Amino acid sequence: MFANIARVLAQSSKKCLPLVRSKHSLPDLPYDFNALEPVISAEIMQVHHQKHHATYVNNLNVAEEKLFEAKQRGSVSDQIALTSALKFNGGGHINHSIFWTILCKDGTSEPEGELAEAIKRDFGSYQRMVDLLVATSTGIQGSGWGWLGYNKQLNRLDIVACANQDPLQATTGLHPLFGIDVWEHAYYLQYKNARPDYVKSIFKIANWRKVEELFGKARHD
Amino acid sequence: GHLNHSIFWHNLSPYGGGEPSGALAELIKRDFGSFENFNTYMATTTVAIQGSGWGWLGYNKTTKSLNIAACGNQDPLEPTTGLVPLLGIDVWEHAYYIQYKNVRADYVKNIWNIVNWKDVSQRF
Repeated sequence: MFANIARVLAQSSKKCLPLVRSKHSLPDLPYDFNALEPVISAEIMQVHHQKHHATYVNNLNVAEEKLFEAKQRGSVSDQIALTSALKFNGGGHINHSIFWTILCKDGTSEPEGELAEAIKRDFGSYQRMVDLLVATSTGIQGSGWGWLGYNKQLNRLDIVACANQDPLQATTGLHPLFGIDVWEHAYYLQYKNARPDYVKSIFKIANWRKVEELFGKARHD
Repeated sequence: GHLNHSIFWHNLSPYGGGEPSGALAELIKRDFGSFENFNTYMATTTVAIQGSGWGWLGYNKTTKSLNIAACGNQDPLEPTTGLVPLLGIDVWEHAYYIQYKNVRADYVKNIWNIVNWKDVSQRF
């Protein structure tokens, strides 16, 4: 009852600060922890989702709360001091939220429709795109993500690497379509230092139907 | 990577732990207030590294003082910051993940039990 009252008050007054500030929450995985085996072990999925992604969500909420308070106090310096935590934890939340959805049990057939045409046009073939994404992702120094992204201004697909949890769109302007987490926590328990094996295998569990949907939204929204 | 790990293996010892003595201990007390303060500060800085990197106790030859620094990825301390490396803590996930998983803080807390202060003092 209390939450409903607060919500009505918040919605009815745009001039006042919202009484209830919504917090980010950990999205559920669209499948069980073991769904992506043998490519990604259940153990990795559990720790990756329940510990790593959950921590980004919690720390994002903390950073946003501090940012709100710093703004209320009128402290520009404190707001700026929080930008690193926002980028890191916000990026971590964004990246992982996308990641769970572009993977699925046993993968799907290769890209179709508009996405397939764009891949052929911009890379020559699906296999060439995969080779480039594998090389880019494997070659990242330290922690980061390899991305297939869409450049809306140029109407072109691109492959880039982002460091740490830097979110693709906020950092480069590209719309994220398919990303590969190459932080060691994403593969180490199973593949140890053999990052190339993990990166090559991930295409066996790629959910191209979801990627086609993301491409469609990026193109037409 | 080669520089960092070559130092790291010597910074650690199965007979390590405890606290430093002599000139290094005195400088730690002068620059950090106490060994505990130094310990806390180095641990906090190291655990907070975003992504892969190393936490370092380094010596500033210009100011003749001790410094704590964080380096990203495999950036080597001296070429990057000018500080002489004394003690480094690798916080790339590969350094602890199989045993500690995501709990980097426990790994950094426990590593003090195997710090080879003889080696660190020698470097100092």
